[in-house]
Amino acid sequence: MQRTYEVMFIVRPDLQEEETDKLLATLQTHATNAGAQVQSLDKWGKRRLAYDVKKFQEGLYVLLTLQADGKAIHELERRMRVAEQILKFITVRMDEEQQRLEKIRKIRASRVKRPPVEATPAAEAENPPVTA
Amino acid sequence: MADETNQGSTPSGPRPPARSGDRGDRPDRGPGGRGDAGGRKFFRRKKVCKFCVEKIDDINYKDVRLLQGFVAERGKIVPRRLTGVCTPHQRRLSAAIKRARNIALLPFAAR
Repeated sequence: MQRTYEVMFIVRPDLQEEETDKLLATLQTHATNAGAQVQSLDKWGKRRLAYDVKKFQEGLYVLLTLQADGKAIHELERRMRVAEQILKFITVRMDEEQQRLEKIRKIRASRVKRPPVEATPAAEAENPPVTA
Repeated sequence: MADETNQGSTPSGPRPPARSGDRGDRPDRGPGGRGDAGGRKFFRRKKVCKFCVEKIDDINYKDVRLLQGFVAERGKIVPRRLTGVCTPHQRRLSAAIKRARNIALLPFAAR
């Protein structure tokens, strides 16, 4: 069963750019080989860490979103644990959260459409000031 | 007063149980701010949950600026009786802050 996962990890800041790119490409290949589909790879860039991690005060944050099953994630995490350029990582399951947000958005969208049956301009005019 | 001592001895001290968290529900109970150092006799003004009002559903651990508003100076999570957040949002907020701490976006203990 393919679920959506978000993996955020911190890469050592003192690597060269090609090395980090190579590392990220390798990770993506590992993920695809294990049967995952990479949806996006977002580099946040260098950030100051809130506390020292392995004696580093800065780190390169990367966010990887992918569709995978549990085994692929397990495999990916194992590789990240072994890789000494990756300082920290956290995997979050996002599919249920996304479903919940979708549901809320749908309810909101359907709710807005109902009042305008009687007074369209009033409902439309009221909403923007409230949300702003 | 028996309730006060009861809450003081439970392990989750600072957070009052959900039932007494609703302000205006028990007007006969004197001090509105439970666990307050001063023991005020009047009700604290009704604080509203920021997430309910602004309709923010996505409390993400990546959103450091949003989370920082609910973290004290020393890095501790602020109890909901001070921020006025409702229970489900406080729970999600707490989980997000803990995740952010794990990924070094927020400190565990500052200074």
